[in-house]
Amino acid sequence: MKLTAQEVEYVAHLARLEITPQEKEKFTAQLNDILLYIDKLNELDTKGVEPMSHAIGVTNAFREDNVVESIGTEKTLANAPDARGEFFRVPKVIE
Amino acid sequence: MELYQSTIHELQDKIKEGKTTATEITCSVLQRIDAVEEKVHSYIRVLKEEALAAATDADKEIKKGNIKPLSGIPVALKDIVCTKGVPTTCGSHILHNFIPPYDATVVEKLRAAGAIFIGKANMDEFAMGSSTETSYFGPTRNPWDLERIPGGSSGGSAAAVAADECIASIGSDTGGSIRQPAALCGIVGMKPTYGRVSRFGLIAFASSLDQIGPFTKDVEDCAIMMNVLAGYDPKESTSVNVENPDYHQFVGRDIQGWKVGIPKEYFVEGIDPEVKAAIEESIKAMEKCGAQSVEISLPHTQYCLAVYYIIAPAEASSNLARYDGVKYGFRAAGGDLLDMYKKTRMQGFGAEVKRRIMIGTYALSAGYYDAYYKKASQVRALIKKDFEEAFKKCDVILTPTTPTPAFKIGEKTDNPLQMYLSDIFTISTNLAGIPGISLPCGFTKSGLPIGVQFLAGHFQEGKLIQVASAYERKAQVEKRRPGL
Repeated sequence: MKLTAQEVEYVAHLARLEITPQEKEKFTAQLNDILLYIDKLNELDTKGVEPMSHAIGVTNAFREDNVVESIGTEKTLANAPDARGEFFRVPKVIE
Repeated sequence: MELYQSTIHELQDKIKEGKTTATEITCSVLQRIDAVEEKVHSYIRVLKEEALAAATDADKEIKKGNIKPLSGIPVALKDIVCTKGVPTTCGSHILHNFIPPYDATVVEKLRAAGAIFIGKANMDEFAMGSSTETSYFGPTRNPWDLERIPGGSSGGSAAAVAADECIASIGSDTGGSIRQPAALCGIVGMKPTYGRVSRFGLIAFASSLDQIGPFTKDVEDCAIMMNVLAGYDPKESTSVNVENPDYHQFVGRDIQGWKVGIPKEYFVEGIDPEVKAAIEESIKAMEKCGAQSVEISLPHTQYCLAVYYIIAPAEASSNLARYDGVKYGFRAAGGDLLDMYKKTRMQGFGAEVKRRIMIGTYALSAGYYDAYYKKASQVRALIKKDFEEAFKKCDVILTPTTPTPAFKIGEKTDNPLQMYLSDIFTISTNLAGIPGISLPCGFTKSGLPIGVQFLAGHFQEGKLIQVASAYERKAQVEKRRPGL
C-alpha cells in the first residue's frame, strides 16, 4: 500500500473535499491501484532530462497594457450563489 | 435523402443554388432530434427557439447574397464551451446553473461564419471520462447500439453527428476525447495542434493538454470547420501565432510517394482482433493511395498512460480549485467557510472528478512533487522526442484510434484503470502536442464502427486532411448509417 486511509483523508482535506467513510475506503483502494500503475515510470532513468511543461516552445506572451472593456460588476455577480451590493457573500470567516 | 443526413458541403451547395434554406435545414434537424433524442440523449440542452430565430436571420442574409462558410448549418457545441446567456454545465452538478456572461472564441468564430447553434452536447463531467457515463445529466448512448457507450468525453457531440441530430459539432480533446468517440461512433474527429485553436472560453480540465476540434461526417467538412476554428487569439496566451493555411486546399490531393509510419509498439497485446484486422486493411489501402508504409518505433509508448494520469489530474486539481461555491455555480449549506467549501465540492462533484482531484492533489503535495509531477514531465519530454525522431522517417503515422470497439454501458465504471486503457492510442498525441485525426475504417461483424488514426508533426493539420481525404476516396470503406 502506497497510501493509507489516513493519508487519503488528509489529501481530501487539502483538496477541500468532504468524503464519506465509504468513499474513503473506495478511494484508498482505487488510488493505490492507480499509484501502483504509475510506479512504472520508475523503470526509466530520467537523470538529466529537462522536464517538459509545454508542448510548443512558446515562452512569455506579452501584449500592450491597454485598457479594454470588462464584464462589469453586475454581470460578474449574476452567477453568484449569494451576493449583496458589489460583493460576494460567504459564511462568516472571523469569530 | 433527408436534409439532416447531409454534409456541410452538400448543404452549402444547395443553399447557393437556392434549393433549400437555413430554416428548412434547421427544421429538418430539429425533427430528427424529436425522433431520436429520447433514445440517444446526445444533448444536455436543445436550443430550439434560438436555432429557429438564428435560421430566420440567416435566411435574410442568404437572400441578400451574403453566404458564409457555415450559413444555415446546425452545429452542436460540447457543453464545455461558454455560450453567452446560455447555460454551460460541463456535465456537472456544480455548474448546473452557470450562465456565462461571454462567448468562447470558437463560439464567436462559428457564429460569425453563419453557424446555427442547435444544442449543448452531453459529456463526461469536466471532460473526465471515456464513455460519457460520468455526466451529471445521465449517459449518452451509441447510435449504432443503444446498449453501448458512444465514447467520451465528447460522447454527446459524436453521437449527435452520428445520429444526424446536427450536421457537425465541436468537442474538446485532452487525452483522446474527440478521436476516441469519433472512432466509436463512425465519424471524423480532429484534435488540432496544441495552440492552433483558441481555448478562450473553454472550461479548463488540463491546460497543457486541452484542445478544441471538430466532429464531422466526412473529411471535407473537417477542413471546412478547421478553416473557421483555427487561428491565433490574443485573448489566449498559449494560442500560437503561426501561419494558418486554407485547410480546404488539402482535400482531394494525392499522397503519391508519402511515407506512412506504422509504430510497432501500437500492435501489441490487448488490441481487439477485428480492430487489428481493419487497421491492417487500412495499411494496405495506403499502398493503393501510392504511399509506402514504413515501420517506426515510439519506444516510450508504454509509459504514456502513466504520465497522463499524473499530469492531467495534477493540472485538474489546480484548475478545479475555483469551484468553491462563492463566485458561480452550486453552493451547499455549511457552518463556516471551510465547511461550506468542503460540502459544496462533496455534493457538487461526481466520483470520477473527485478521484482525479485526489490523485492530482496527492501528486502535487509536499514531498511528492519530484517523484510524480517532475518525473512525469521528464518522461513526457522523452515521448515528445520519440515523435520528433519518428517524423524524420515518415510524413504521417497510422495507428488504431482505440484498442476495442464501443463497450457496454456500465462495463468499466467500477474499474477506473480499465476505463483509462481505452485511451491508450490517443493520449501520446496530447502529451506531445501534435495533431491527430480519426476516421471510419470499417465495421465489426456485429456492426460496430472502427476508427483509424493519423498523426502528424506540430501544425501539420494540412497533411492530416490530405492523407485522410486520400484514404476516404481510395479505401472504399463501406458507407452505413446507424439503424435508429
